[in-house]
Amino acid sequence: MFARFLFPILLLAASGAVLADIPVFQLTIQNNRFQPTELHVPAGKKVKLLVHNRDAAPEEFESYDLNREKIITGKSSGTVYVGPLAPGKYSFFGDFHRDTARGSLIAD
Amino acid sequence: MLAAAIIVFREVLEAALIISVLLAATKGLPRRNVWIGGGAVAGVAGAVVVAAFAGRLAEAFAGSGQELFNAAVLLTAVLMLAWHNIWMSAHARSMVTSLKNVGAGVSAGELPLYFLSVAAGLAVLREGSECVLFLYGIAAGGDNSAAMLGGGGIGLAAGIGVGAVLYQGLLRIPVRLLFRVTGWLILLLAAGMAASAADYLSQAGLLPGYPPLWNTSMILSERSITGQLLHIMVGYQARPTVLDLTFYIATLLSIGSGMWLVAGRERRTALAAS
Repeated sequence: MFARFLFPILLLAASGAVLADIPVFQLTIQNNRFQPTELHVPAGKKVKLLVHNRDAAPEEFESYDLNREKIITGKSSGTVYVGPLAPGKYSFFGDFHRDTARGSLIAD
Repeated sequence: MLAAAIIVFREVLEAALIISVLLAATKGLPRRNVWIGGGAVAGVAGAVVVAAFAGRLAEAFAGSGQELFNAAVLLTAVLMLAWHNIWMSAHARSMVTSLKNVGAGVSAGELPLYFLSVAAGLAVLREGSECVLFLYGIAAGGDNSAAMLGGGGIGLAAGIGVGAVLYQGLLRIPVRLLFRVTGWLILLLAAGMAASAADYLSQAGLLPGYPPLWNTSMILSERSITGQLLHIMVGYQARPTVLDLTFYIATLLSIGSGMWLVAGRERRTALAAS
Protein backbone atom coordinates (compact mmCIF):
# COMPACT_ATOMS: atom_id res chain seq x y z
CA MET A 1 0.00 0.00 0.00
CA PHE A 2 2.80 2.35 0.91
CA ALA A 3 4.59 1.50 -2.31
CA ARG A 4 1.51 2.33 -4.34
CA PHE A 5 0.79 5.65 -2.69
CA LEU A 6 4.17 6.82 -1.55
CA PHE A 7 6.13 6.17 -4.68
CA PRO A 8 4.38 8.62 -7.02
CA ILE A 9 4.40 11.21 -4.23
CA LEU A 10 8.12 10.69 -3.67
CA LEU A 11 8.87 10.99 -7.38
CA LEU A 12 6.77 14.14 -7.66
CA ALA A 13 8.35 15.65 -4.58
CA ALA A 14 11.84 14.69 -5.72
CA SER A 15 11.38 16.28 -9.13
CA GLY A 16 9.92 19.33 -7.41
CA ALA A 17 12.96 19.58 -5.16
CA VAL A 18 15.25 19.47 -8.16
CA LEU A 19 13.33 21.99 -10.21
CA ALA A 20 12.67 24.51 -7.46
CA ASP A 21 15.36 27.02 -6.60
CA ILE A 22 16.04 26.22 -2.96
CA PRO A 23 18.25 28.72 -1.11
CA VAL A 24 21.15 27.16 0.81
CA PHE A 25 22.37 28.25 4.26
CA GLN A 26 25.53 27.14 6.01
CA LEU A 27 25.89 26.13 9.62
CA THR A 28 29.17 25.03 11.18
CA ILE A 29 29.88 22.96 14.28
CA GLN A 30 33.28 23.60 15.84
CA ASN A 31 34.46 22.87 19.40
CA ASN A 32 30.94 21.57 20.11
CA ARG A 33 29.37 24.95 19.27
CA PHE A 34 27.27 26.17 16.38
CA GLN A 35 28.51 28.97 14.19
CA PRO A 36 26.57 31.23 13.68
CA THR A 37 24.37 30.80 16.74
CA GLU A 38 21.62 32.77 15.03
CA LEU A 39 20.95 31.95 11.40
CA HIS A 40 18.52 34.09 9.41
CA VAL A 41 16.47 32.39 6.70
CA PRO A 42 13.58 33.70 4.62
CA ALA A 43 10.13 32.95 6.02
CA GLY A 44 7.57 31.14 3.87
CA LYS A 45 10.20 29.37 1.80
CA LYS A 46 11.71 25.93 1.82
CA VAL A 47 15.43 26.21 2.60
CA LYS A 48 18.36 23.82 2.60
CA LEU A 49 20.69 23.83 5.59
CA LEU A 50 24.20 22.55 5.05
CA VAL A 51 25.57 21.56 8.44
CA HIS A 52 29.34 21.17 8.54
CA ASN A 53 30.87 19.31 11.45
CA ARG A 54 34.51 20.39 11.81
CA ASP A 55 34.97 18.40 15.02
CA ALA A 56 36.25 14.84 15.05
CA ALA A 57 33.31 13.66 17.18
CA PRO A 58 29.89 13.03 15.65
CA GLU A 59 27.07 15.43 16.51
CA GLU A 60 23.32 15.22 16.16
CA PHE A 61 21.65 18.34 14.79
CA GLU A 62 18.27 18.31 16.50
CA SER A 63 15.32 20.65 16.84
CA TYR A 64 11.97 20.08 18.49
CA ASP A 65 10.75 23.37 17.01
CA LEU A 66 11.53 22.19 13.49
CA ASN A 67 10.88 18.44 13.97
CA ARG A 68 14.33 17.65 12.70
CA GLU A 69 17.14 15.34 13.76
CA LYS A 70 20.21 14.34 11.84
CA ILE A 71 23.53 12.83 12.80
CA ILE A 72 26.54 14.56 11.27
CA THR A 73 29.57 12.30 11.65
CA GLY A 74 32.96 13.83 12.50
CA LYS A 75 34.64 15.93 9.79
CA SER A 76 31.67 15.75 7.45
CA SER A 77 28.65 17.71 6.27
CA GLY A 78 24.96 16.97 6.16
CA THR A 79 21.91 18.36 4.42
CA VAL A 80 18.67 19.20 6.22
CA TYR A 81 15.64 20.66 4.45
CA VAL A 82 13.38 22.89 6.54
CA GLY A 83 10.36 25.04 5.96
CA PRO A 84 8.48 26.83 4.61
CA LEU A 85 8.50 28.45 8.05
CA ALA A 86 6.23 31.05 9.58
CA PRO A 87 8.20 34.09 10.79
CA GLY A 88 9.70 33.40 14.19
CA LYS A 89 12.54 31.88 16.15
CA TYR A 90 13.21 28.14 16.04
CA SER A 91 15.81 26.78 18.42
CA PHE A 92 18.06 23.85 17.61
CA PHE A 93 20.82 22.08 19.51
CA GLY A 94 23.51 19.46 19.22
CA ASP A 95 22.06 16.44 20.98
CA PHE A 96 25.47 15.05 21.88
CA HIS A 97 26.65 18.33 23.43
CA ARG A 98 23.52 20.00 24.70
CA ASP A 99 25.36 22.30 27.12
CA THR A 100 27.37 24.11 24.49
CA ALA A 101 25.89 23.36 21.09
CA ARG A 102 22.84 25.65 20.95
CA GLY A 103 21.51 27.98 18.34
CA SER A 104 18.42 29.20 16.59
CA LEU A 105 17.01 29.67 13.15
CA ILE A 106 15.30 33.01 12.64
CA ALA A 107 12.76 33.07 9.85
CA ASP A 108 12.03 36.61 8.69
CA MET B 1 28.94 11.52 33.11
CA LEU B 2 25.36 12.53 33.83
CA ALA B 3 25.04 13.99 30.33
CA ALA B 4 26.18 10.70 28.80
CA ALA B 5 23.77 8.76 31.01
CA ILE B 6 20.85 10.92 29.89
CA ILE B 7 21.67 10.71 26.18
CA VAL B 8 22.06 6.93 26.23
CA PHE B 9 18.96 6.60 28.40
CA ARG B 10 16.84 8.51 25.88
CA GLU B 11 18.07 6.40 22.97
CA VAL B 12 17.63 3.11 24.82
CA LEU B 13 14.22 4.06 26.23
CA GLU B 14 12.44 3.97 22.89
CA ALA B 15 13.69 0.53 21.95
CA ALA B 16 13.10 -0.77 25.50
CA LEU B 17 9.48 0.42 25.58
CA ILE B 18 8.72 -1.04 22.15
CA ILE B 19 10.20 -4.41 23.11
CA SER B 20 8.26 -4.41 26.39
CA VAL B 21 5.00 -3.94 24.51
CA LEU B 22 5.95 -6.70 22.04
CA LEU B 23 6.79 -9.09 24.91
CA ALA B 24 3.49 -8.36 26.65
CA ALA B 25 1.63 -8.79 23.36
CA THR B 26 3.03 -12.30 22.96
CA LYS B 27 2.55 -13.50 26.52
CA GLY B 28 2.29 -17.26 26.71
CA LEU B 29 3.55 -17.97 23.22
CA PRO B 30 6.23 -20.63 22.91
CA ARG B 31 9.74 -19.39 22.15
CA ARG B 32 8.69 -15.75 22.00
CA ASN B 33 11.69 -14.75 24.16
CA VAL B 34 14.01 -16.37 21.63
CA TRP B 35 12.33 -14.63 18.69
CA ILE B 36 12.11 -11.16 20.21
CA GLY B 37 15.40 -11.40 22.11
CA GLY B 38 17.11 -12.71 18.98
CA GLY B 39 15.73 -9.78 17.02
CA ALA B 40 17.08 -7.36 19.62
CA VAL B 41 20.54 -8.98 19.58
CA ALA B 42 20.61 -8.82 15.79
CA GLY B 43 19.59 -5.18 16.11
CA VAL B 44 22.60 -4.43 18.33
CA ALA B 45 24.93 -6.06 15.81
CA GLY B 46 23.25 -4.13 13.01
CA ALA B 47 23.56 -0.88 14.97
CA VAL B 48 27.34 -1.31 15.19
CA VAL B 49 27.54 -1.92 11.44
CA VAL B 50 25.31 1.07 10.66
CA ALA B 51 27.35 3.30 12.99
CA ALA B 52 30.58 2.15 11.32
CA PHE B 53 29.23 3.11 7.91
CA ALA B 54 27.33 6.19 9.10
CA GLY B 55 29.51 8.53 7.07
CA ARG B 56 29.00 6.66 3.82
CA LEU B 57 25.30 6.17 4.54
CA ALA B 58 24.85 9.90 5.08
CA GLU B 59 26.54 10.73 1.78
CA ALA B 60 24.29 8.37 -0.18
CA PHE B 61 21.27 9.71 -2.07
CA ALA B 62 22.57 13.28 -2.36
CA GLY B 63 23.23 13.60 1.37
CA SER B 64 19.86 12.19 2.42
CA GLY B 65 20.87 8.56 2.90
CA GLN B 66 20.40 8.71 6.67
CA GLU B 67 16.86 10.04 6.33
CA LEU B 68 15.88 7.47 3.70
CA PHE B 69 17.37 4.70 5.83
CA ASN B 70 15.49 5.84 8.94
CA ALA B 71 12.24 6.23 7.03
CA ALA B 72 12.63 2.77 5.47
CA VAL B 73 13.39 1.23 8.88
CA LEU B 74 10.35 2.92 10.43
CA LEU B 75 7.95 2.02 7.62
CA THR B 76 9.15 -1.61 7.62
CA ALA B 77 8.52 -1.75 11.38
CA VAL B 78 5.04 -0.31 10.78
CA LEU B 79 4.29 -3.11 8.29
CA MET B 80 5.50 -5.77 10.74
CA LEU B 81 3.38 -4.36 13.57
CA ALA B 82 0.38 -4.11 11.24
CA TRP B 83 0.75 -7.74 10.27
CA HIS B 84 1.04 -8.79 13.89
CA ASN B 85 -2.06 -6.88 14.93
CA ILE B 86 -4.17 -8.22 12.06
CA TRP B 87 -3.03 -11.77 12.77
CA MET B 88 -3.82 -11.31 16.45
CA SER B 89 -7.34 -10.08 15.81
CA ALA B 90 -8.03 -13.42 14.14
CA HIS B 91 -6.47 -15.48 16.91
CA ALA B 92 -6.79 -13.48 20.13
CA ARG B 93 -9.85 -15.38 21.26
CA SER B 94 -8.27 -18.81 21.09
CA MET B 95 -5.06 -17.46 22.63
CA VAL B 96 -6.97 -16.15 25.64
CA THR B 97 -8.67 -19.54 26.02
CA SER B 98 -5.39 -21.40 25.95
CA LEU B 99 -3.76 -18.91 28.38
CA LYS B 100 -6.61 -19.47 30.81
CA ASN B 101 -6.27 -23.25 30.62
CA VAL B 102 -2.78 -23.62 31.94
CA GLY B 103 -1.07 -26.59 30.37
CA ALA B 104 -3.43 -26.74 27.42
CA GLY B 105 -0.73 -25.26 25.20
CA VAL B 106 -1.30 -22.77 22.48
CA SER B 107 -3.91 -24.16 20.17
CA ALA B 108 -4.07 -21.00 18.11
CA GLY B 109 -1.40 -22.21 15.73
CA GLU B 110 1.97 -20.61 15.40
CA LEU B 111 1.99 -16.86 15.53
CA PRO B 112 4.43 -15.80 12.83
CA LEU B 113 6.83 -14.39 15.43
CA TYR B 114 9.52 -13.43 12.94
CA PHE B 115 7.50 -10.29 12.24
CA LEU B 116 8.10 -9.24 15.81
CA SER B 117 11.74 -10.31 15.60
CA VAL B 118 12.14 -7.86 12.77
CA ALA B 119 10.17 -5.13 14.58
CA ALA B 120 12.28 -5.52 17.75
CA GLY B 121 15.49 -5.64 15.72
CA LEU B 122 14.61 -2.49 13.80
CA ALA B 123 13.80 -0.57 16.99
CA VAL B 124 17.19 -1.49 18.43
CA LEU B 125 18.96 -0.86 15.13
CA ARG B 126 17.74 2.73 14.78
CA GLU B 127 18.25 3.86 18.35
CA GLY B 128 21.34 1.73 18.89
CA SER B 129 23.29 3.16 15.98
CA GLU B 130 22.90 6.66 17.44
CA CYS B 131 24.09 5.36 20.80
CA VAL B 132 27.11 3.69 19.27
CA LEU B 133 28.06 6.87 17.38
CA PHE B 134 27.72 8.94 20.52
CA LEU B 135 29.84 6.55 22.60
CA TYR B 136 32.38 6.31 19.81
CA GLY B 137 32.67 10.09 19.86
CA ILE B 138 33.37 9.96 23.60
CA ALA B 139 35.91 7.18 23.29
CA ALA B 140 37.68 9.11 20.53
CA GLY B 141 37.56 12.29 22.61
CA GLY B 142 40.13 11.05 25.12
CA ASP B 143 39.80 12.78 28.47
CA ASN B 144 37.13 11.68 30.88
CA SER B 145 36.04 8.93 28.53
CA ALA B 146 35.96 6.26 31.26
CA ALA B 147 33.50 8.29 33.34
CA MET B 148 31.41 9.08 30.26
CA LEU B 149 31.27 5.42 29.21
CA GLY B 150 30.25 4.61 32.79
CA GLY B 151 27.47 7.15 32.41
CA GLY B 152 26.46 5.44 29.19
CA GLY B 153 26.23 2.14 31.07
CA ILE B 154 23.98 3.73 33.69
CA GLY B 155 21.77 5.17 30.94
CA LEU B 156 21.52 1.75 29.30
CA ALA B 157 20.52 0.09 32.57
CA ALA B 158 17.99 2.82 33.37
CA GLY B 159 16.38 2.54 29.93
CA ILE B 160 16.01 -1.22 30.22
CA GLY B 161 14.71 -0.72 33.78
CA VAL B 162 11.88 1.54 32.60
CA GLY B 163 11.03 -1.01 29.92
CA ALA B 164 10.88 -3.73 32.60
CA VAL B 165 8.52 -1.58 34.70
CA LEU B 166 6.20 -1.13 31.71
CA TYR B 167 6.29 -4.87 31.02
CA GLN B 168 5.43 -5.74 34.63
CA GLY B 169 2.61 -3.19 34.54
CA LEU B 170 1.17 -4.67 31.35
CA LEU B 171 1.28 -8.18 32.81
CA ARG B 172 -1.06 -7.06 35.59
CA ILE B 173 -3.78 -6.55 33.01
CA PRO B 174 -6.27 -9.45 33.15
CA VAL B 175 -5.63 -11.98 30.40
CA ARG B 176 -8.97 -11.41 28.72
CA LEU B 177 -8.08 -7.72 28.21
CA LEU B 178 -4.33 -8.02 27.72
CA PHE B 179 -4.29 -8.61 23.96
CA ARG B 180 -6.86 -5.91 23.39
CA VAL B 181 -4.68 -3.40 25.29
CA THR B 182 -1.45 -4.45 23.59
CA GLY B 183 -3.27 -4.35 20.24
CA TRP B 184 -4.20 -0.72 20.85
CA LEU B 185 -0.68 0.09 22.06
CA ILE B 186 0.87 -1.44 18.95
CA LEU B 187 -1.62 0.37 16.73
CA LEU B 188 -0.69 3.77 18.23
CA LEU B 189 3.01 2.86 18.25
CA ALA B 190 2.82 2.09 14.52
CA ALA B 191 0.93 5.31 13.74
CA GLY B 192 3.56 7.38 15.58
CA MET B 193 6.34 5.60 13.68
CA ALA B 194 4.66 6.38 10.36
CA ALA B 195 4.48 10.08 11.30
CA SER B 196 8.18 10.04 12.23
CA ALA B 197 8.96 8.44 8.87
CA ALA B 198 7.08 11.28 7.17
CA ASP B 199 9.25 13.80 9.06
CA TYR B 200 12.41 12.08 7.80
CA LEU B 201 11.14 12.15 4.21
CA SER B 202 10.36 15.83 4.60
CA GLN B 203 13.80 16.46 6.10
CA ALA B 204 15.30 14.78 3.03
CA GLY B 205 13.29 17.16 0.84
CA LEU B 206 11.34 14.25 -0.68
CA LEU B 207 8.05 15.25 0.90
CA PRO B 208 7.07 18.89 1.19
CA GLY B 209 7.47 20.79 4.45
CA TYR B 210 4.44 22.33 6.11
CA PRO B 211 3.93 24.73 8.99
CA PRO B 212 2.70 23.07 12.20
CA LEU B 213 -1.09 22.81 12.54
CA TRP B 214 -0.93 23.64 16.23
CA ASN B 215 1.60 24.04 19.00
CA THR B 216 1.06 22.41 22.38
CA SER B 217 4.67 22.73 23.54
CA MET B 218 3.57 25.18 26.25
CA ILE B 219 1.24 22.52 27.69
CA LEU B 220 3.37 19.46 27.08
CA SER B 221 6.85 19.82 25.65
CA GLU B 222 8.46 16.92 23.81
CA ARG B 223 11.54 17.66 25.90
CA SER B 224 9.76 16.70 29.13
CA ILE B 225 9.78 13.12 30.35
CA THR B 226 6.02 12.81 29.91
CA GLY B 227 6.20 14.36 26.45
CA GLN B 228 8.96 11.98 25.48
CA LEU B 229 7.16 8.91 26.80
CA LEU B 230 4.01 9.92 24.95
CA HIS B 231 6.03 10.59 21.81
CA ILE B 232 7.41 7.06 21.89
CA MET B 233 4.19 5.31 22.89
CA VAL B 234 1.51 7.14 20.91
CA GLY B 235 3.53 9.41 18.59
CA TYR B 236 2.82 12.64 20.47
CA GLN B 237 4.21 15.69 18.70
CA ALA B 238 3.87 19.20 20.08
CA ARG B 239 3.95 20.73 16.58
CA PRO B 240 2.48 18.24 14.11
CA THR B 241 2.13 19.18 10.45
CA VAL B 242 -0.58 18.09 8.05
CA LEU B 243 1.94 15.53 6.77
CA ASP B 244 2.38 13.98 10.24
CA LEU B 245 -1.35 13.89 10.79
CA THR B 246 -2.02 12.32 7.37
CA PHE B 247 0.51 9.53 7.93
CA TYR B 248 -0.73 9.02 11.49
CA ILE B 249 -4.40 8.77 10.60
CA ALA B 250 -3.82 6.76 7.42
CA THR B 251 -1.85 4.18 9.42
CA LEU B 252 -4.47 4.05 12.18
CA LEU B 253 -7.26 3.55 9.64
CA SER B 254 -5.45 0.97 7.47
CA ILE B 255 -4.35 -1.24 10.36
CA GLY B 256 -7.56 -0.65 12.32
CA SER B 257 -9.81 -1.61 9.40
CA GLY B 258 -7.65 -4.65 8.66
CA MET B 259 -8.05 -5.80 12.27
CA TRP B 260 -11.78 -5.13 12.21
CA LEU B 261 -12.35 -7.02 8.94
CA VAL B 262 -10.35 -10.06 10.06
CA ALA B 263 -12.00 -10.13 13.50
CA GLY B 264 -15.45 -9.94 11.84
CA ARG B 265 -14.66 -12.85 9.53
CA GLU B 266 -13.38 -14.84 12.50
CA ARG B 267 -16.59 -14.18 14.44
CA ARG B 268 -18.74 -15.29 11.52
CA THR B 269 -16.83 -18.58 11.02
CA ALA B 270 -17.02 -19.21 14.78
CA LEU B 271 -20.78 -18.66 14.69
CA ALA B 272 -21.23 -20.84 11.61
CA ALA B 273 -19.27 -23.65 13.24
CA SER B 274 -21.29 -23.61 16.45
